[in-house]
Amino acid sequence: MTQQSVSSSNTSDLTVIIDTGCANLSSVRFAFERLNANVVVSADFDVIRSAARVVLPGVGTAGAAMDALKQKNLIELIKSLTQPVMGVCLGMQMLASLSNEHGGRSEQDISCLGLVPTDIGELDSKGLPLPHMGWNQINVGNHPLFTGIENGSYVYFVHSYRAPISEYTLASSTYGESFSAAIGKDNFFGVQFHPEKSAKVGAQILQNFLQMGLNMETSQ
Amino acid sequence: MLAKRIVPCLDVREGKVVKGVQFRNHEIVGDIVPLAARYADEGADELVFYDITASAHDRVIDKSWVSRVAEQIDIPFCVAGGIKTIEQAREKLAFGADKISINSPALTDPSLISRLQDEFGRQCIVIGIDSYYDAETDSYKVKQFTGDEAATKDTQWYTQDWVEEVQKRGCGEIVLNVMNQDGVRGGYDIKQLSMVRAICDVPLIASGGAGTMEHFKDVFELAKVDAALAASVFHKGIIDIGELKQYLHANHIAIRL
Repeated sequence: MTQQSVSSSNTSDLTVIIDTGCANLSSVRFAFERLNANVVVSADFDVIRSAARVVLPGVGTAGAAMDALKQKNLIELIKSLTQPVMGVCLGMQMLASLSNEHGGRSEQDISCLGLVPTDIGELDSKGLPLPHMGWNQINVGNHPLFTGIENGSYVYFVHSYRAPISEYTLASSTYGESFSAAIGKDNFFGVQFHPEKSAKVGAQILQNFLQMGLNMETSQ
Repeated sequence: MLAKRIVPCLDVREGKVVKGVQFRNHEIVGDIVPLAARYADEGADELVFYDITASAHDRVIDKSWVSRVAEQIDIPFCVAGGIKTIEQAREKLAFGADKISINSPALTDPSLISRLQDEFGRQCIVIGIDSYYDAETDSYKVKQFTGDEAATKDTQWYTQDWVEEVQKRGCGEIVLNVMNQDGVRGGYDIKQLSMVRAICDVPLIASGGAGTMEHFKDVFELAKVDAALAASVFHKGIIDIGELKQYLHANHIAIRL
């Protein structure tokens, strides 16, 4: 299946993966294609605005990722979106207010999108190996993203920074300390793990995401 | 709780999965994508693909299969073999690999590790180490270019020193492959892996020697590694991944079922 193919009967039911230029773009796209979703990768303002739902992917460091968004003038556009927006891994962290993952660029905290009021800091693994890499269990709340997902389900994580547990926590996990496996506020939410690499559980979460934003066109 | 990972390794040569004993006499096991999909279905937690010809023959791997694997399987996978530059690494990652593993080129130019880490983050930089026990000096040492017997050579690195060095330079994970026991299926080298575990702050994958389900239990319980890699026992159907995971779960090891 190619990016151009339209497998959904409803051509307006478009999922757009924002082209941040980061490395895991194709993995995320392939995962949606396995679910027969109508998905494109784009940095085009009109395409992103027209989407039923938007994915913000990301790997690497917060500083580099925010620079990439700035270069493509995407920051204000993302902030203005009213449809469901899901960040994945670093994409989730970019929804937060700031990150102290400097990546050697400076001593300054990295200013993020500020859409979910929480701050990203180092994961305190209490002596366990870092990065936190592999399959870990999540406990989930009532968010529609986790419909049908049982507490204790395993998903795939790779990260060294995390959002702390807060009122914006949608799912949690534990590695040394407890941390947010998912955060969200209003139409913006994100997952720290990689649903595109989390076998059946991940596919269910992505399928749940595809159910969101189906009735959004009238409210645009 | 973080699950211990079971990682089938597929040695790739000219687009086919192969397996040799003690890194020699490679025989074809099967096609890449169907084998990868089968292992994912059976419950593999991750896959590693080593193009064993690449480093030794100074040739870049044919990457079209990387994309085909990424399209079809929904678990993480790592690609290794002849990655010497940032651009070669970027290409594998862009095709859908989750991690890249560097072995011989890192020994030739250790600065490659830090340059890759600066560019992509340490989470996708895996260092493969081929270590062997040198009876003459009663020490563990690192070999280079093990993909080709004629090109294989000793290095000046003691295993412990190289493990420290690659972490300092920013790797995100280490695969320790113990040469003496590879393919012999006599069990993982618990002594050596425990020694490396004690100085390894990043995730550690044990490789080489798996022959029975008990060997997996031992390496998780005794050497406390994060993941166990094996090839021939899975390719030859000696151990079924689903049964292995049930066995480990019954033995109170954290496993994703």
